[in-house]
Amino acid sequence: MKPTINAIFRPYSSSDALRSDRSAGDRQRHRQKVREAVRENIADLIAEESIIGKNKDRVIKVPIRGVKEYRFIYGENASGVGQGDGNSEKGQVIGKTDGTGQGQGEDKAGDQPGVDYYETDVTLEELIEIMFEDLELPDMERKILREVMSDRISKRKGFRKAGIRIRLDKKRTVKSRIKRRLASTGQDDDQTEERFPFRKEDLVYRHLVEDVRPESNAAVLCIMDTSGSMDTLKKYLARSFFFMLYQFVCTKYRNVEIAFIAHHTEGKEVTEEEFFYKGESGGTFISSGYNKALEVIQARYHPSLWNLYAFHCSDGDNFDSDNPAALKAAQELCELCNLFGYGEIKPLGSRYYESSMLNIFRRLEADNFQTVLIERKEDIWPSFKTFMSKERTPIATETRAAAEQ
Amino acid sequence: MAEWDVKDLEGWDEKIRVKVQEFGLSCFDQEFEVCDHNQMLGYMAYSGMPSHYPHWSYGKSFEKLKTMYDYGVSGLPYEMVINSDPSIAYLMTDNSFCLQILTIAHVYGHNDFFKNNFTFKSTQAEHTISRFKVHADRVRSYLEDPSIGVEKVEWILDAAHGLSLQCRRNLAIKKLTLREQRERMIEAARPADDPFEDLHQQKDIEAPDLNKLPASPEEDLLLFIRDHNDKLSDWERDLLTIVHETGQYFIPQMETKIMNEGWASYWHREIMNSLDLPQDLYLEFLVRHNQVVRPFPKGLNPYYLGLKVWDDIKRRHDDPTPEEIEKYGRPTKTGTQALFEAREVDRDASFLRRFLTEELMREMDMFEYEPRGEDLVISEVSDKEGWRGIKETLIKNVGMGGVPVIKIEDADYNQNRSLYVKHYHEGRDLQLEYAEKAISYLHRLWGHEVVLETVVNSKRALLSYSDDGFSAKPLK
Repeated sequence: MKPTINAIFRPYSSSDALRSDRSAGDRQRHRQKVREAVRENIADLIAEESIIGKNKDRVIKVPIRGVKEYRFIYGENASGVGQGDGNSEKGQVIGKTDGTGQGQGEDKAGDQPGVDYYETDVTLEELIEIMFEDLELPDMERKILREVMSDRISKRKGFRKAGIRIRLDKKRTVKSRIKRRLASTGQDDDQTEERFPFRKEDLVYRHLVEDVRPESNAAVLCIMDTSGSMDTLKKYLARSFFFMLYQFVCTKYRNVEIAFIAHHTEGKEVTEEEFFYKGESGGTFISSGYNKALEVIQARYHPSLWNLYAFHCSDGDNFDSDNPAALKAAQELCELCNLFGYGEIKPLGSRYYESSMLNIFRRLEADNFQTVLIERKEDIWPSFKTFMSKERTPIATETRAAAEQ
Repeated sequence: MAEWDVKDLEGWDEKIRVKVQEFGLSCFDQEFEVCDHNQMLGYMAYSGMPSHYPHWSYGKSFEKLKTMYDYGVSGLPYEMVINSDPSIAYLMTDNSFCLQILTIAHVYGHNDFFKNNFTFKSTQAEHTISRFKVHADRVRSYLEDPSIGVEKVEWILDAAHGLSLQCRRNLAIKKLTLREQRERMIEAARPADDPFEDLHQQKDIEAPDLNKLPASPEEDLLLFIRDHNDKLSDWERDLLTIVHETGQYFIPQMETKIMNEGWASYWHREIMNSLDLPQDLYLEFLVRHNQVVRPFPKGLNPYYLGLKVWDDIKRRHDDPTPEEIEKYGRPTKTGTQALFEAREVDRDASFLRRFLTEELMREMDMFEYEPRGEDLVISEVSDKEGWRGIKETLIKNVGMGGVPVIKIEDADYNQNRSLYVKHYHEGRDLQLEYAEKAISYLHRLWGHEVVLETVVNSKRALLSYSDDGFSAKPLK
């Protein structure tokens, strides 16, 4: 019997496959939207991250609001139907409302349009890149940063006829003697008794040039007031700021170290964990933190080798008697650091009745010093931008330039 | 492609077509296209259409599918069939020979269903491909038009996509024109014929408001806006039409998912069993078949549920148990007759209502779950008391039941052109974050304030979106 339904087969062709990548345009447009959405959410995201996120391949889940497709859908009070293995009982827990632990396949019968748990994966590195795309640092400053030179390692670059003895290239010297002999006598072996001495023009020297590499050392000094008045919210804001500073410095230097200095009435160097999670009680001497920072710099990060970035977060509560000392120490820090900043964290509203260091620091005259006021999460990013605008030529080059003259 | 070539497929396809006819299926002509997994992902992102207008959401869908495929979260479907005449189906090169034969048989099941089920009558299968092509060309022309461009087109498309399923669900019911609706209003207002009208006291005749817009609550949101917002330009109206038609085209498929998959699975099994397959192919078929129609623990596999019900229909008509005869009476049709009748006149909701029996539900251990705190907890199992409730919930959730019913009630609310829309609440609240966005889309397209009446936590509420943004208030 011949069937009356007709059928045709179109065989596979791989050239079609290439041509039919028609989703390319739509994918690109979607990708753009994701990036925009990430940029919008960045303030939220950075506040969550741990500072020493050294692993740049770490993947961060970014909930994307901008690219969700909204529809009218039912909310979570809706019940559904499923099937079990024959032993289902009332009260049994079968999953979570957020969809985890749910059985495989469709959780509800039919098509549930639109339920859109959309998250995108962004690596930390990508995130930082997007972050700093936003940061419109003037090109000049960037350039200066990149041209900071250190690591004076020599590297070979060709050969010369003149040079110091130690760089004599024996093999090439012998070769050129042989060449000269061939040219002058027509013999290439040493059989003849006649001496054929080396001459000055046979000598070949290796030529070395200095390999100049971009400066690679930087240290970030996080100084924070951990006195009783610094509550969790304040620390959280400080932490976001430190995170950005650290990540920014990481994009510029190869080797970045970070030091945490906590202070109340005395300064102490601590681990990241202690820094953010351990509360102390009592009063505040800001100068103690600065002096500790100066000590750390003296001991480990000499400014001729390290580019230093110091930032201090406090809520502005300081013993009045300490102010002159704090100012003096701040001045010293400014001299040593590429950038030194003071961030006063005052959750909204509290700035009117609490004392502030902002006025005191106004007396400090240094063009690489910046104070910022952070009142809420949204302030972090603008503050950071202001802060970075003050960066100056790294001290490390200047001192070296001075030494060379 | 060592295992098979197109010649082999054509050979088996011819045998399958003979069987298809012997079984009484009636199909459109069929085209098979062999493609690789990348092409398949591409087709899936664009609902299988060879030509489809561009929008970033399809790029998103592609990325999502690809990620899931690459990480092995989900495989690709063995087959993809388009409801068109001739029907188009894609076969993946990477599939084994057995899987190709199985897929071909399965495809004819869908093809028959598309051609014969009443919900698909409105889709005009013979124009499907060209319609999508024309839509794509038009959208592209707007994208390329220097006075329009991507941003503006997306602005409309984003909003329209959010509303595309807010349209009439049963296309077999004729949509009345405005004139017909007005005639009905007049008819309804006319007093009933009363042979004793002289004796009875005359009631005042209340004149119907013939200028009311819409004359009766309107479900086609996009079309209503297209026709009644005169600030829209022609290309914007056209985009709304395109999105509406695209949404409307897919509704029958959503409405018959369980039936359709069950039907195709039923027939691929019958066909494969009748083909005299070589033993190795046959064994592989059994494995594959059971993978496709296995129950998902704690979930619901439409292939499994559908096939179960179809099988049960056949058995109950051909070979009823004494209890069933007592309960439902002696069957008047043969099993095959019953099958073919249901495939023509039912959709998932009516199909389950008519044929999903208490016994079947118990056999499948169906349960109802509800959220309690963060957990989903089984609230009802298919015992003597519970099964009816579970069945109701299931029916409420299938097909377009998963989409809230939203209708336009008044296009001149407060006499200032505000759009009053009402959510027909039947127990399930709207997801508010989404509702807020969706009415902002309505506002974007309508151009004036939009007010949505709904129920939140058993209290009536009005959500509104105007130029000043979103606001919500309880309704007394």
